[in-house]
Amino acid sequence: MAEIVTTPVAAPRRASAGGSGGTPVSRARRGRRRTLIAYLFLAPFLVLFLTFVVAPAIFGLWISVTDYSPFSDVQNFVGLQNYMALFDPASTFSGDFWQSMGATAIFVVLSVPCLVLVPLAVALLLNRRIRAATTFRTVFFAPYVLGVAVIGVIWGYILDTQSGILNHLLGLIGLPDNIPWTVNVPWVWVTLVGVTVWWTMGLNTVIFLAGLKGINGDLYEAAALDGAGPWRSFTAVTIPGLRPVMLFITTTTVLASANMFGQSYLLTTGGPGNATRTAIMYIADQGLSQNNMAPAAAMSYVLFAFLAVISVINFRLQRERVERTVA
Amino acid sequence: MTATAIPETRQVQPTPEIRRPRSSRRAAGTTVLYIVLGILALIIILPLIWMLITSFKTDADAVRNPYGWPSPFSTEAYTRLLTSGQQPIFLWLWNSFAAAAVQTILILVTASMGAYALARMDFAGKRIIFGVIISTLLVPPVVFLIPNYLIVQNLGWLDTILAITVPGAAGAFGIFFLRQFFVALPVEIEEAARVDGAGEFRIFLQVVLPLARPALATLAVLSFLNNWNDFLWPVYVLLSPENMTLQPGLAMLQGAYRTHFAIVMAGAVIASVPVLILFGIAQKQIVESVAGAAVKG
Repeated sequence: MAEIVTTPVAAPRRASAGGSGGTPVSRARRGRRRTLIAYLFLAPFLVLFLTFVVAPAIFGLWISVTDYSPFSDVQNFVGLQNYMALFDPASTFSGDFWQSMGATAIFVVLSVPCLVLVPLAVALLLNRRIRAATTFRTVFFAPYVLGVAVIGVIWGYILDTQSGILNHLLGLIGLPDNIPWTVNVPWVWVTLVGVTVWWTMGLNTVIFLAGLKGINGDLYEAAALDGAGPWRSFTAVTIPGLRPVMLFITTTTVLASANMFGQSYLLTTGGPGNATRTAIMYIADQGLSQNNMAPAAAMSYVLFAFLAVISVINFRLQRERVERTVA
Repeated sequence: MTATAIPETRQVQPTPEIRRPRSSRRAAGTTVLYIVLGILALIIILPLIWMLITSFKTDADAVRNPYGWPSPFSTEAYTRLLTSGQQPIFLWLWNSFAAAAVQTILILVTASMGAYALARMDFAGKRIIFGVIISTLLVPPVVFLIPNYLIVQNLGWLDTILAITVPGAAGAFGIFFLRQFFVALPVEIEEAARVDGAGEFRIFLQVVLPLARPALATLAVLSFLNNWNDFLWPVYVLLSPENMTLQPGLAMLQGAYRTHFAIVMAGAVIASVPVLILFGIAQKQIVESVAGAAVKG
């Protein structure tokens, strides 16, 4: 399952509890005691967090500036060599790495608009006062709780060129029945984007729905009184009202698409050639299967840097728009 | 996968209801709306139904009759999986359950304690610790992949349940999720207990945790699903067939039985039914906690 970023359905926030009286001395002593107790509470999590989040973040950075190899006991500091090699077209990994970054970029560019617009459209439909809206919402969300392996094997069979039922069905209605869905460009991209939309559209749909429910109904009435038609009230009320949600959705969707792995691994095995081998797939393969840990660690930090820059740009752009509409 | 907007269908109206054209237009619009939603729901559901139906076919039937009802209705695929020595899928099912349960418990225990401290106690270093924890939410998991693999290897955890439960419990999400719940609890509850002389740990255990049951349940469901469906990490850290979980196992199954639709679909059914049941039970919590992200503003 793709990573879920959520917050609990927010209970009203309270100001955090302030200190309650006492002399300065007793307060200081109580403060030390409270600090000790607090760290006891935090200890179990901090042990895990330091071992499997903080340590690997630093360890990974360190590996990326060494010639780390599982076959040698000694590691030498090599500075930024692993990083520079990625930008040197003559080096071993540079060509394949940038191809995988390119494949990732293609997937992001193709999938994100679909993963935003389809759920937006569905959310708008579900937001009308209709019966069974909850049932539809549940159905649309259901595939998202399945693992990518399940998604991969189901669609792998549906989309098989020779024996898949999709081509079979297309043939029945007189369309070409030999489309290489998982074999050739550009069909592989259609497949990867389509399957990803099928799998995860429920997530963004329910987020959009929550956003739509949060728009003050009075605004629509005011717009109607001003003689706004459905389209006008959509552009003047709905779209501005959804901007904060839109920022959240585009940010998380770009990151999720940039981290795509399972769909390519299972449906196209990165092919044809290496056309759909994503950055994650390449990094995992080089680092864990080919034992090129140092270059792979450098690649993961380069990918991280790219994603950070994209997130910041996205955030800036959309925040400006949010501010403009508020002003 | 259509992004169809509802067209304002203008119907020819030969009916006497000529004075209320708007409501009849709305009725027509509603019909179109249901048709669009219905088609979309079919697109979502049919592949899953196809998976279920195919799993009850014989190999020959699955090829001859790709989307009809099974004839004959057969549980052959399941019995073959049950007796397979190389693809022990029921062992994978157990491994998946065990891993998801262990990780969920780890997360509930460590995150509830940690989040409580961060939400309700004042102590030196609190801001820095919380800041660092939250900032790691933004780091893509691939950054941890290689170093964590090496750490797990050095701990001797490769190919064990520890590899697929412990590192994953260190994520910031549980802390982030529960802290927001604890912050919103009224202070009076703890103060009353404190006046009665209860210690911090007793307050946490007997007063706060019971109140947090809904949030804990939601976190448990999300954690369970997340672990159950994890794919990349187990593909690389689990090596032997008897230690596999369902997700990497399924990929293996597909490799081994490429032409046996029924068997692979039976495997997919076994991997989906538990989470679909869980989703059926906890549907409201899952959807609402996920959607809650948007209700912040």
